[in-house]
Amino acid sequence: MSFRIIVLAKQVPDTRNVGKDAMKADGTVNRAALPAIFNPEDLNALELALRIKDQRKDCEVIVLTMGPFRAAEIVREAMYRGADRGYLITDRKFAGSDTLATSYAISLAVKKLEPYNLVISGRQAIDGDTAQVGPQTAEKLNIPQVTYAEEIPEVTDTHIVIKRRLELGIETVKAPMPLAITVHSSAPDCRQRVAKLLMKYKHARTVTELQNETKDYTELYNQRPYLQIDEWTVDDLHADVEMLGLSGSPTKVKKIENVVFAHKDSKVMTSSDEDINNLMKDLIESHVIG
Amino acid sequence: MNNIFVYCEITEDKVIADVSLELLSKGRKLASELNVKLEAVVIGTDLKDVEAQIFPYGVDVVHVADDKNLFPYTTLPHSAIVLEIFKHEKPEIAIFGATSIGRDLAPRIASALRCGLTADCTSLEFGDHFENKTQTEYKNLLYQIRPAFGGNIIATIINPETRPQMATVREGVMKKEILDAKYKGKVKKVNTAAILKDEHFVVQIIERHMEASKINIKNSQVIIAGGYGVGSKENFKLLYDLADVLGAQVGASRAAVDAGYSEHERQIGQTGVTVRPKLYIACGISGAVQHRAGMDQSAQIISINTDLNAPINHIADFTIIGSITDVIPKMIKYYKANSK
Repeated sequence: MSFRIIVLAKQVPDTRNVGKDAMKADGTVNRAALPAIFNPEDLNALELALRIKDQRKDCEVIVLTMGPFRAAEIVREAMYRGADRGYLITDRKFAGSDTLATSYAISLAVKKLEPYNLVISGRQAIDGDTAQVGPQTAEKLNIPQVTYAEEIPEVTDTHIVIKRRLELGIETVKAPMPLAITVHSSAPDCRQRVAKLLMKYKHARTVTELQNETKDYTELYNQRPYLQIDEWTVDDLHADVEMLGLSGSPTKVKKIENVVFAHKDSKVMTSSDEDINNLMKDLIESHVIG
Repeated sequence: MNNIFVYCEITEDKVIADVSLELLSKGRKLASELNVKLEAVVIGTDLKDVEAQIFPYGVDVVHVADDKNLFPYTTLPHSAIVLEIFKHEKPEIAIFGATSIGRDLAPRIASALRCGLTADCTSLEFGDHFENKTQTEYKNLLYQIRPAFGGNIIATIINPETRPQMATVREGVMKKEILDAKYKGKVKKVNTAAILKDEHFVVQIIERHMEASKINIKNSQVIIAGGYGVGSKENFKLLYDLADVLGAQVGASRAAVDAGYSEHERQIGQTGVTVRPKLYIACGISGAVQHRAGMDQSAQIISINTDLNAPINHIADFTIIGSITDVIPKMIKYYKANSK
């Protein structure tokens, strides 16, 4: 039996490069207007998974993502770096899902991939910073969780040892499997693409992507079935639609406000000796400092 | 209406964590507004007299789960106990610290109860809501307010239908305030033996290296904070020079921490600590809303920036246009010259 690791990854808008058209009128994110990247901590998670694969010949790394069709990009990206295969959960019915509805959908997809040893993801995604989907998925799968992993010093057939990065220090735990792990940004950076894998998987496509290709891939896919990235819809997951999307999300966005600055009467000064001398005098006289 | 619950964390020194006392202080105000009780949940080992630490914050009921192996925190036993209490008591609101512990525990609880959870709130208040689709009116919902999406927006999140309404809040966001030193509530002992099973202890802690946080910028009266604009770790040393002279602490923006200029413990903002010093000197900080959420209540703000249009300048009392390598040495020089 193989040692199966499922890496949960998310394609996220690069929130470090947000423009004015980033939000739609209804308060949801206009993802189309933003550069999409592999969520940084999910890359750390992929690296920890690949390190186990480096050690174990029987290890299989599967990447699972949920998002629009274009999220297949990060499945390919993961395969270029060493993942064996991947799945894209995609359906319009998922739109508007909060973390609870998202973890429900992900947990159903993970169950389709049973038996697995580890479900590993980044601690949080940079578009929401909630850190909720990992623990919530673990709960839905009814398996234990170990959050904020930084290193995995030991893996056997029966247990795993994980070093956790906490606010005030380091904690090492020993846990049985199956287990859910979330990975902290202090874990090692993900390895780069491997040229051989890039060549091997560069034609990997989802069904939807193939429909939009002008080239006929039929023969290639008959020869190399591993190029197929499966898409899973609500029907494939046998999901209860009431538990997905807006209806399955207990949190609602009541209001979105663009940030307006309360302008203070800011006094602007130069870096001249005179200006700074006066400022320091003022601060000392008003007992703010000194 | 049902009561408001706060999950209280135990520190390495075996006392109630500051963040939990802050949340109790906020919880007290929310409870009084709704005219309901404030209840606390404390889970740990050897918790004798723990209630004395929290009653002064206006706690009406404390649920104490005291058993071996409940300290240090592990996920499954704590979530089993919290779930049992919540299933029984059906809280209206449940608040957790947005800490290593709270962010591990709260989502697990929210998932099991299938209720909504909002992370890293910067404000909690009550408000009403009318749902057009169902023509339903909701009174006194908890407005969970947090910056979102790269800090370009402030989102107000509500959970109209599910209970408890759950939120996590970072340390320092709420103010710790004793209500009445003589306030007395009721202690309810949790029957842990009836809840805990062997399967809750499958994750074992085999080693721990914890230290009480040495860096404590939260209580500092003067903070010198650096952003990405500081430019390098070397330049960041200038901030320490100024801090030494002024008796201040050094803080950092997330961008500066991400760039490796500063330790994570110094991060100020939505995903770091919130500070309210007498003087905040922002060096090379552009002022994304997440950062401002952690410092905009400072009594005085000085911004040192090469960019006149940096958002931080809009909330600064003084803006010095210049580079920190030029300005900071001058500030040190003229501070020394003028203070005697």
